[in-house]
Amino acid sequence: MTMYSTNEFKSGLKVMMDNDPCSIVENEFVKPGKGQAFSRVKIRNLKTGRVIERTFKSGDTLEAADVMDVDMQYLYCDGSHWHFMSPETFEQYAVDDTVIGDAKLWLKEQDTCIVTLWNGLPLSIMPPNFVTLKIIETDPGMRGDTSGGGGKPAKLETGAVVRVPLFIQTDEIIKVDTRTGTYVSRAKE
Amino acid sequence: MSLAQKSSGWRPSASINTLKQRAGILSALRHFFEKRGVLEVETPQLSHAVGTDPFLHYFSTDFSLPNIPSTHMLYLQTSPEFAMKRLLAAHSGPIFQICKAYRNGEVGHLHNPEFTLLEWYQPGFDHHALIQDVDLLLQSVLHSQPGHSISYQALFETHFHFNPHTATLEEIRKKALSRAHSWENSLIDRFDKDTWLQYLLATFIEPTLGQESPCYVYDFPQSQAALARLRREDTFFVAERFEVYVKGIELGNGFHELCDPDEQKQRFLNDLQIRETQRCPLPPLDQHFLAALSSLPPCAGIAMGIDRLIMLATQASSIKEVLSFPFENS
Repeated sequence: MTMYSTNEFKSGLKVMMDNDPCSIVENEFVKPGKGQAFSRVKIRNLKTGRVIERTFKSGDTLEAADVMDVDMQYLYCDGSHWHFMSPETFEQYAVDDTVIGDAKLWLKEQDTCIVTLWNGLPLSIMPPNFVTLKIIETDPGMRGDTSGGGGKPAKLETGAVVRVPLFIQTDEIIKVDTRTGTYVSRAKE
Repeated sequence: MSLAQKSSGWRPSASINTLKQRAGILSALRHFFEKRGVLEVETPQLSHAVGTDPFLHYFSTDFSLPNIPSTHMLYLQTSPEFAMKRLLAAHSGPIFQICKAYRNGEVGHLHNPEFTLLEWYQPGFDHHALIQDVDLLLQSVLHSQPGHSISYQALFETHFHFNPHTATLEEIRKKALSRAHSWENSLIDRFDKDTWLQYLLATFIEPTLGQESPCYVYDFPQSQAALARLRREDTFFVAERFEVYVKGIELGNGFHELCDPDEQKQRFLNDLQIRETQRCPLPPLDQHFLAALSSLPPCAGIAMGIDRLIMLATQASSIKEVLSFPFENS
């Protein structure tokens, strides 16, 4: 069993805490001039996404978590599960609603996502930073308006709703930043 | 690391403007001491012995020529305290030193394993008299308002409603857990009394200290005396030690210095015992220091982190912003 001690804690390190896989966000070294040194650690629970803060004595250890980020292709959704495939091993993985979370708003078949595996099982899905999606519904805007000011809601083929400039029309394809859920630009077919 | 990052790694992490401010502060410090007749001294950074503090980890090396085995260990000093006390014992009068000190394993936004320390001793002073002069120094260098003092006991009574000198481990746990987050419980079960006090101070109290003007916390628990003398208070002893805080940052630690060689030796041996239980290496005791201690005049001294002082003067948020080259790219 691999153990990490506080001086090895750094951003991105995957460890087990309270029986859950976690990722270290930030590790701050705290030491009174005379006395015990501490590590004040911000840590993200990879199951819940919640970030908490904890204090460790210098030299304390946490068990390594068997967590891997793997690029996988999104195949399809059967209504209750989302299916992914590793392009290297061709192994397929099905995940349910709790694992997919908000990522489902951005998934288009064939897109490559990052699937986080814990002990070989999918833990979370990260969509690509940018996706191109088709608008299926938006109010007709004024064609002449290219200023981008104001904006209006537009429903995308995946069901997500983003704000777009007034000149964007139904059936157009746009580029969206999935980290912020915002419109970036028009995209080519 | 990308090529672009690699090729800019040679650059200093402090701006040239900050380095000019840094030089200005060093010169203001020397001017302050010159005006008061405090002698600037230099002492070895590489010594045959080193401090025993169980929470300070030293760098060691050996004195040797290539290919000739040597067992002669030398230690980079964690502070110049022992050598400077030998000078005081030899009637140097008031002295100061601005030098590098070395502490292994300490890296963070307030820590660099090699850092600049101001060490300053005033014969005839106790810790309260030295606090007054340290405050004058901060007023002149940081342009701070006159500071204020509060005892360690009053601090814990205000924040946590217990007397840190007399409270039992169980009382501290109870009072503290009402404030500490519940999820901390499992990890801090193993804290002893001093670890608890240091954890509470560092986590909840320190960030509030010295926000308007410097704050001096004095009279520490006997168990955290380090090299300070003890004084009896009713049923317990306090260590005549102080810490200075500015804007939540611990800037320096001072002592009304212990002059008793027997007591000092006992404390060294205690430290070594703690080191042994922590499986830390055991350094040799500084016999020259112990021999000089019986001639040490009553005095008070302080060690102040100069990089942190410069951080405060330049409103830097990380020590890297005031160092030409921090540990990571030294």
